[in-house]
Amino acid sequence: MPETLVLDGVGVRYGGVIALDAVSLAVAPGATLGLIGPNGAGKTTLINAVTGIAPLASGTIALGERRLNGLPPHRIARAGIARTYQNIRLFGALDVRTNLAAGAFAQPGAMSEEAARRLLERAGIPDLDLAALASALPYGDQRRLEIARALAAQPSILMLDEPAAGMNPAETARLVETIRAIANAGIGVLLIEHDMTLVRAACDHVVVLNFGEVLARGTPAEIARDPAVIEAYLGTTESIA
Amino acid sequence: MTFFVQFYAQHSRLLDEIGINALLALSLSVSLQAGQLALAQAGFAGIAAYVSAIASMQYHWPLFASILLAVACSTLVAALLAYPVRRLRGIFLAIATVGFGEIVRVIVNNLSITGGAEGLSGIPNDVNTGIIYGSLAVVAIALFGLARTKFALAVALTREDEAAARGVGVDTGLVRFASLALGGAIAGLAGALYAHAFYFLAPADFGFPRMEEILVWCVIGGVTSPIGAVAGAAFLSILPEIIRGLADFREITNGIILLVVILFAPSGLSVLWRARRATVPRDA
Amino acid sequence: MLAQQLVNGLFLGAVYALFAVGYTLVFGVLDILNLAHAAIYMIAAFTAYSLVAHGLPIGVAFVGGVILAGVVGILLDRIAFAPLRRRNAGTLVPLISSIGAAIIIGAIARGIYGIDERHFVEGGIDSPPIHLGPVTFTAVEALIFATAIVLMLVLSYVLRATTLGRNIRAVSQDRIAAALLGVNIERTIAATFFIASALGGAAGILTGLEYNSVSIDMAGSIELKGLAVIILGGMGSITGAVIGGFVIGAVETFAVAYGLSEWRDALTFGVMFVILVARPAGIFGARALRNA
Repeated sequence: MPETLVLDGVGVRYGGVIALDAVSLAVAPGATLGLIGPNGAGKTTLINAVTGIAPLASGTIALGERRLNGLPPHRIARAGIARTYQNIRLFGALDVRTNLAAGAFAQPGAMSEEAARRLLERAGIPDLDLAALASALPYGDQRRLEIARALAAQPSILMLDEPAAGMNPAETARLVETIRAIANAGIGVLLIEHDMTLVRAACDHVVVLNFGEVLARGTPAEIARDPAVIEAYLGTTESIA
Repeated sequence: MTFFVQFYAQHSRLLDEIGINALLALSLSVSLQAGQLALAQAGFAGIAAYVSAIASMQYHWPLFASILLAVACSTLVAALLAYPVRRLRGIFLAIATVGFGEIVRVIVNNLSITGGAEGLSGIPNDVNTGIIYGSLAVVAIALFGLARTKFALAVALTREDEAAARGVGVDTGLVRFASLALGGAIAGLAGALYAHAFYFLAPADFGFPRMEEILVWCVIGGVTSPIGAVAGAAFLSILPEIIRGLADFREITNGIILLVVILFAPSGLSVLWRARRATVPRDA
Repeated sequence: MLAQQLVNGLFLGAVYALFAVGYTLVFGVLDILNLAHAAIYMIAAFTAYSLVAHGLPIGVAFVGGVILAGVVGILLDRIAFAPLRRRNAGTLVPLISSIGAAIIIGAIARGIYGIDERHFVEGGIDSPPIHLGPVTFTAVEALIFATAIVLMLVLSYVLRATTLGRNIRAVSQDRIAAALLGVNIERTIAATFFIASALGGAAGILTGLEYNSVSIDMAGSIELKGLAVIILGGMGSITGAVIGGFVIGAVETFAVAYGLSEWRDALTFGVMFVILVARPAGIFGARALRNA
């Protein structure tokens, strides 16, 4: 059953540092929400808050009717939340098929070879050798394998943390297709990215974070014109044009 | 036929030792496979050995019952230990469990019921090689069965990357608890058999040097391989017999083998039978 | 009575602190728990004993033993740890490597000296007692205490005020940054091992003198106790090791004084266990839990 992920007034503190301050947003099934902002704005912290790694100082996180904040990370994962990591966290010493089986850990039954192939197709790496060691794969394939692993969990919500890092424009364009297909299948996607081409092409809406607060929200075109956003990015090498 | 009878008569003690050492190695391997350097198994074995011995000697329990009681005790202690150490990782877990082992040793050393520093002697010697290898077979079959389940996958994932494992829904806390408790049970079985096979116990039998030895067996066999643990235990138990003339060099040989494995062949003996791939079975 | 026990605790604690300081220095700089440290402690004591047995004065024997310990430390790093650094092996693998090295060193010592206890001076060291108010101690004990303190002060000076010390601190904080700043990493690490092992060896010789006894068992008894000290003080913290050493020395002395001598070790490890569960960083440690 497709459910919406709702963050309401979420605050996260590390010691004295406020990492997130009263952040509210929602990811609906089938929608793709972009999350952008300068480095250190709190984007990964937000994902960590949803997955239960970072405890909330305030606010709530819910998936449909179910409250997520306060649950241990493995329960949140089982509730239908899947993610990829900024620095790839595959099970490197294990092979591709086992990594996919790992993704499906909370699903009943074993993972058949066809199911594994289908996951690889959806992630855009249909010809990957199931017996290859994950750590031996080329970088781009590793990123897509992480996506495949996340899809294996049959999640309601998929959170991608800079999946295009290190990709060239052609690969990035392919990634857009992959993400659109995932959303079309009914999954709600939260996309953290620095690459604005990807964000504009893949996301319906964007939330801009700065210093842990929501700076702006709207369509990619709207926030590209937003003066507050432009000012926040001024002086950085990231172009939002 | 007479060759086998003679062989057995000459080497029965060695065979018994190998069997029990294999069990001890398996008990540590279970924790190592979950990525935990939990060095408490010698302590668990010691507790079980003494419980079993006292039950037999003082309270005249039959063998099977005393072993069962001993295993229950060691498993319970392992389960209890799992709670305070649940947040410890790496070296800190190793040190805490070593500390636990030392506390057990001192307690055993000071109680009169355990015979104190002099230990216990005259334990009924009613465990023979058959019982030892029968127990080893039961444990091996049980572990082999477990290896085909999702629990085995959970263990491997917990070992490889605990945070990512949680991210796919693995309850890593439960995995760590279960592996420690399981190790406690297997070590307890080894300890109880030890008491009845060698009919003499001293506190030093299950102290840190013994724990180091068990670790060496597992490392040499291949840290994440249960078969390796057994192979390592067998290999190092037999080695001094093979190089009988170099009996004085047994200790230094152990040390050199350990260094050689760590430096040049980190997968240990397991490299002999393992493909360099995932060890998790296809149908998990 | 209390004052006497305090003094006894101080004397015992000083040597524990000296041993622990070397232990923690290696951990602080390299994240390695060197379980061969106790073996070096032991072999230095044996070396000093041999030198004395060959007629050399104790001062010379002390220096000889300390230097040998330092050299063994450098060799230990070259053989057992440096290759692992090159292949980025993590922190648990060197631990096991150090166990192998400890076994080898122990076996060599056993081969040369056997399992019997050796004595620096047959029949006991003759040292007149000194009375200072309510406390009594011997000149030898005072000398041992003073030596330990002096060595720790020298270490403190080296770390704070010399180029080498600055390099060591840089490497311990951030190896890559230190390399970028031009620090010769391998040479600094070698120096760290020399210093740490030399201090550990000094502790061994002083312990041997204190009890007029050197045996292979020395390694076993100090090895785990040293762990308790550095856990209490905080792994990687020199100050912590010193304070931890004195605290454990005091705990043990008072345990014996109040009739709990058989439970002494259980007390020490109980304290250690509680620290690990409640505050793994110890008193001064910056490194808390290491997550898998």
